[in-house]
Amino acid sequence: MINKTKNSILKRWARGIFRVKKALIGLYLIGGFIFISVIGPLFAKDPIAFLGTPLSPPSLEFLFGTNGQGQDVFAQTVAGARQTLFVGFSTGFLVVIIGAIIGGCSGYFGGRTDDLLSFLINIFLVMPGLPLMVILASWLPPGPGTLIGVLVLTGWAWNARVIRSQMMTYRNRDFVSAAIVSGETNIRIIVIEIMPRMLSLLASSFIGASIYAIGAQVGLEFLGLGDVSSVTWGTNLYWASNDMALLTGSWWTFIPTGLSIALVSFGLTLINFGIDEATNPRLISERRWKKQVPQHLIETGITPVMKTND
Amino acid sequence: MNQSILFLLRRLGFYLMAAFAALTLNFFIPRLMPGDPATIIFARFRGKLKPEAIDALRETFGLNDASLIDQYFSYLKSILSGDLGISIAYFPQEVSSVISGALMWTIFLAGTSLIISFFIGTLLGTIIGWNRNSKLDSLLPPALAFIGAFPYFWLAMLMLYLFGFKFDFFPLGHAYSADVSPGFNLAFILSVIHHAFLPALTMVLVSLGGWMLSMRNTLISTLGADYITFAHAKGLSKRRIMIKYAARNAILPNLTGFGMALGFVLSGALLTEIIFSYPGQGYLLLQSVKSQDFPLMQGLFMTITLAVLLANWLVDIAILLFDPRTRK
Repeated sequence: MINKTKNSILKRWARGIFRVKKALIGLYLIGGFIFISVIGPLFAKDPIAFLGTPLSPPSLEFLFGTNGQGQDVFAQTVAGARQTLFVGFSTGFLVVIIGAIIGGCSGYFGGRTDDLLSFLINIFLVMPGLPLMVILASWLPPGPGTLIGVLVLTGWAWNARVIRSQMMTYRNRDFVSAAIVSGETNIRIIVIEIMPRMLSLLASSFIGASIYAIGAQVGLEFLGLGDVSSVTWGTNLYWASNDMALLTGSWWTFIPTGLSIALVSFGLTLINFGIDEATNPRLISERRWKKQVPQHLIETGITPVMKTND
Repeated sequence: MNQSILFLLRRLGFYLMAAFAALTLNFFIPRLMPGDPATIIFARFRGKLKPEAIDALRETFGLNDASLIDQYFSYLKSILSGDLGISIAYFPQEVSSVISGALMWTIFLAGTSLIISFFIGTLLGTIIGWNRNSKLDSLLPPALAFIGAFPYFWLAMLMLYLFGFKFDFFPLGHAYSADVSPGFNLAFILSVIHHAFLPALTMVLVSLGGWMLSMRNTLISTLGADYITFAHAKGLSKRRIMIKYAARNAILPNLTGFGMALGFVLSGALLTEIIFSYPGQGYLLLQSVKSQDFPLMQGLFMTITLAVLLANWLVDIAILLFDPRTRK
């Protein structure tokens, strides 16, 4: 019985997401980029080989031209997607896991545990993230591992705070009390009873954290704090600015990567809108009545009361 | 009122603890580096530095044979007495004087753009929130969201290329031109504005959307409140309801956000300053990282953190003063 309702909720959400046009565009965008990052490097040219005259403009041979090292910009953009997206999504995933563990425990157990954990969360919240990232990244050996570690360390706290407050609203609901009385362990209650109900929050946190991770990672690498010998979107831009690409007018070393980053984070934002529209009860009902009430009758801020068939 | 003071003291206690945590982090980060920091630092600087600079470095890091605990306490003692050591890149200047030279520029640049962005964003948010479902409302938020999707430094570089290099409207870097003398004269002030315009513009452009959206959404939620309906019933003019009734109540979350953003002014302009070679904290931080000027790096991180904490505490006080509901 419980499983049945859960499934139908999930099904409704999934249907909802696919019905929201914005989210669908976002899904196509992200899906496209993931697809390119997986199979693209098999077809594109070698991204680090010297292939032609440096800084030659886009042509049939080099779709996006070449950069200051005579490397193919198209191949670099395709190859860069792989590590950038990998670091972005792994950071997003880790941030949500850590946020769920620390924020979840803090909100569920309350009392001393909560005091201690929310103190920790608050400390990380007030620390200035960007300078800390710059300093950490400059001390540690460069590479994807360092990037993920630094981004997770400076990014987990906000998420933990959001999950903590959500957990606190669930803590005193009847179903949790019932589970405690029936002798379920705390871990089981958190993981099996409560977390699935937070699924939409966790999903949108994951997407939000991934957007943050991609932006911050590209920024750090652009400053030369990543591994400058690897091919990622951030290092592409680092080399473009190092080779004075803009001052020589070679916009093609610069535009494709920037546009890719923008499309990915725009796509992720669209998916987040979609999750919100598909799972937020207020927006669900708004969508329903908007279709049936004539536009000129809608007064700002007033929700019409009406009968629906289902 | 007594309770408010208690609240502020509790917050102060928290910020002091946070400051202590930051200081500790600041101490341990260099020592967490794989290998022995002393050997690595000295190997890096062999032949590059004068002996007295190496001595200064040794002193800053307490890289003598003292135990870690002793080093930690002597570090705390020198920090508390305001001694941040001597900069390597700007040898023999003291770190504190290097930092205070850059501090003004960051506060000027980031502070001004924050204020401009807050005012324009809140105003636009009020307008599109009030005229919900208008053309402007369906156009502005997605447009700004799309701009916000680009990496900030990428947009900034594009603007620098277009308006600084290609069309030559604005200078490519620095806070004022070399041919004006700093002081209270018109030529200097105009030069400062000319140099700050483009970096400030990029910062305003990317932060505008946040203020606008939050104002719009809060405004829409206040529109359903009874006092708005009552104001309509009284026959007040639309403009008056919009500004005096709806916007005035909806602005509170934005004010809180403004206070918090104020705290991040010192750290927020990092990328801007680097791209526009603007001689503030962020530019200095990258320079210190690149030239491996560890004392300067530590000093900068500490200044920025302390500024953020102080600003947060001031925001606590301000909210207590402005919002009567928190005083209960």
